[in-house]
Amino acid sequence: MDAIELRTPDRLPTILFSHFWVARNAGMTCREAMYDYDRLAAAVRKAVVDLEPDGYYPVQTMVAHGPTMDILDYKQLEWPGHAGVAEDVPFQYLDAEYMQAGEYADYLLDPTGFMIHKYLPRVARALEPLAQLPGYPVNLHTRILLSMEVYARPDVRRALETMIRAGEEMQKMRASMARMIEELTALGFPCASHATSHAPFDVVADYLRGSKGAMLDLFRSKDRLVAVLDKLVEMIPREGIAAAKKAGGRMIFIPLHWGLDGFMSPKQFSTYYWPQFQRVLLALIQEGMVPHVLWEGDCTSRLEVIKDVPRGKCVYFFERADMVKAKKVLGDTACIRGNVPASMLIAGTPQEVRDYCKKLFETAGEGGGLILDAGVGIPDEAKSENVQAMFDFAKECVY
Amino acid sequence: MGDKHAELVQAIADMREEEAVSMAREMLDSGYDAVTLLGHCREAMELVGKRYEEGEYFLPELMLAGEMLRAIGDMAKPLIKQDQKASAAAGTVIIGTVQGDLHDIGKNIVTFMLEINGFNVIDLGIDVPVETFIDSIKKNKPHVVGLSGFLTREFDVMKKTVETIQEEGLRNNLKIMIGGGQVDDAVKNYTGADAFGLNAMDAVSLCKRWVPA
Repeated sequence: MDAIELRTPDRLPTILFSHFWVARNAGMTCREAMYDYDRLAAAVRKAVVDLEPDGYYPVQTMVAHGPTMDILDYKQLEWPGHAGVAEDVPFQYLDAEYMQAGEYADYLLDPTGFMIHKYLPRVARALEPLAQLPGYPVNLHTRILLSMEVYARPDVRRALETMIRAGEEMQKMRASMARMIEELTALGFPCASHATSHAPFDVVADYLRGSKGAMLDLFRSKDRLVAVLDKLVEMIPREGIAAAKKAGGRMIFIPLHWGLDGFMSPKQFSTYYWPQFQRVLLALIQEGMVPHVLWEGDCTSRLEVIKDVPRGKCVYFFERADMVKAKKVLGDTACIRGNVPASMLIAGTPQEVRDYCKKLFETAGEGGGLILDAGVGIPDEAKSENVQAMFDFAKECVY
Repeated sequence: MGDKHAELVQAIADMREEEAVSMAREMLDSGYDAVTLLGHCREAMELVGKRYEEGEYFLPELMLAGEMLRAIGDMAKPLIKQDQKASAAAGTVIIGTVQGDLHDIGKNIVTFMLEINGFNVIDLGIDVPVETFIDSIKKNKPHVVGLSGFLTREFDVMKKTVETIQEEGLRNNLKIMIGGGQVDDAVKNYTGADAFGLNAMDAVSLCKRWVPA
C-alpha cells in the first residue's frame, strides 16, 4: 500500500498476475486449467509460495470457466479442447456485433431488459429461450401474476434448469478459489484483485458493438454512442464496488483495450474514452476502491491526459509505455506498474531479466511508486527461471 | 466532370460518408465511367493513407474509409466489363490468418488497403490451414502471400507455412510477408518470410515494391 499511496516502501513490491502461466508452470495444459479447479488452485498456490509476491491475482476468475461454458453452450469464446481447438492453447474471444447498430435505443431505454432478452440469447445457445421472458418495467399488478406462465414453458424451463446447473458449477469453482485464498492469506500472501471493471468505451467496443461497429459509430452514431457511454459511467462503478465489497477487498482490476496509442486519435480519446473513464475512476476511488488500470499496448502519448486523477489513489499498469517518461509525468500522481517485456520472459535469460528489472528500478522506481510486474502479466510461455529471477530480484531492491 | 471528381475525392478523404456515397451514385447513374470513378476512390484513399501516416487519422478513419469504398465498389463493380477488370489489377495477393489464430481485424485492414491500392486480394479468412494456402497459391498464382498472426505461438505456424510453400516448389517468383501483434525482424528471420509489416501501409509499400506497375 505504501507504493500505491506514493510513500517509500521498504523494498520494490511485486504482484503476480498471469493467465495460463501458473498452470503451465505446474505442468497443466490450458484445457486442464479451465476445467480442474483444485489443480489450478494448487498451481496458483505453488507459484505464490515459490515467488513470494506482495500480492497475487486469483487466476480462476479469468480462466476456470470450462464446465460452465459447456453447460451453457457458450458462443463468445473459442477454448481449448472445444469444437476442434487443441488442448494446450489459450482461449480466444470472438469479436462480433453482439448489439446491432439499430439497437442503441433499446439498450438506452432498458439496459437490463436488453441484456436478458437480446444479449444473453446471443452469447449462449442454452439461453436463447430467455428472449421470451417478460419485461417488468410496466408489467405490474395482476400482470406480474399472469406473466408467471412464461416460466413454465418447456423451453424456458429447460433454460432455467440449465442456468441452475451452471450456477452450481460456478459455486464449485468459487468454493475452490475461496479455500485457496484463505490458505494463502493465512500464509501471509494477500489477494491483489477483488473485482474486475471496465472503461465505458471498451464495454461498447469489446462486448456490445464489436471493434468494427464501435469504430464506425464514432462517425455514424456519435450522439447515441455518447448516451450509452454516459449510462455506462453510472452503471460500471456500482457493479465494481458491489463485487469488490462482496469479495472483501478494494483492489479493482481494469484492463483497457481501445484507449492506447494508434487505435484512436488524441481528439477521439479526449472525447469518447478518457472523460467517461475518468468519471468511473473517480467514482471507484470515492468509495475507497483502488483501481489497477492496465494500459495494454503503448500509451505514452496519453500520459499527460491520464494524470488527472487524485494523488496516490490508483495504480497505472503499463505494457509498453515508456516507464521513465511515465515516472516523470505520473510520479506525483499514481503508482506505476509493469513492464518487463513478454519476449524477454519467454526467450531471454534470467540475467537479462535481472538487468531489465535493475534498469527499471533505477530509472522509474526512485522514491517508490513502482510495482514490478510483466507487461501484461506473466506471458503463458514464460520460462519459470526467468519469472523466478524477476521476483527474486525485487527482493534485493531495498529503498 | 472535373469538379465532381475533386468533390468526391474530398468527401471520401474528409470522412463525409453519406455525401460521398450519394455523390458516387449520382455520377454512376448519369453514366460516369465506373473504372474512372474507382480511380478517384484510390486517389482519395491515398489522401487517407497519407493522413494516417502523418498521425491525423487512426484506425476508425481507415475503417470508415473502407466502408465507403465497399459501398461505392458494390455500385461500380457490376458496371465494369471483364476485360477492364483484368487490366485494372496491379497484382494478386493471397492473405490469411494462419492456423490456430482467429484474429482478423489487422488482416482485414491490410486486405482493404491493398484492394484500394488496386491489388486483387484473395482473403482466405482466419484459422487457415497450410494446405488451404498451398491450394490457393497453385490455383491463383499470386505475386505475394501475406500471413497474419496475433498470438506469439503463431510464429511456429507461420514458419511451417513458409516451409511448406518452399517444399511444394511454390516459392519462386513469390514473396511472403508477415504481420500481426508482435512481429519484428527476429520473427521475420525465424519464419523465413521475405519481410514483415507493422501496419497496413507497410503491407501496401511492400506489395508495390514487389509488384512494379
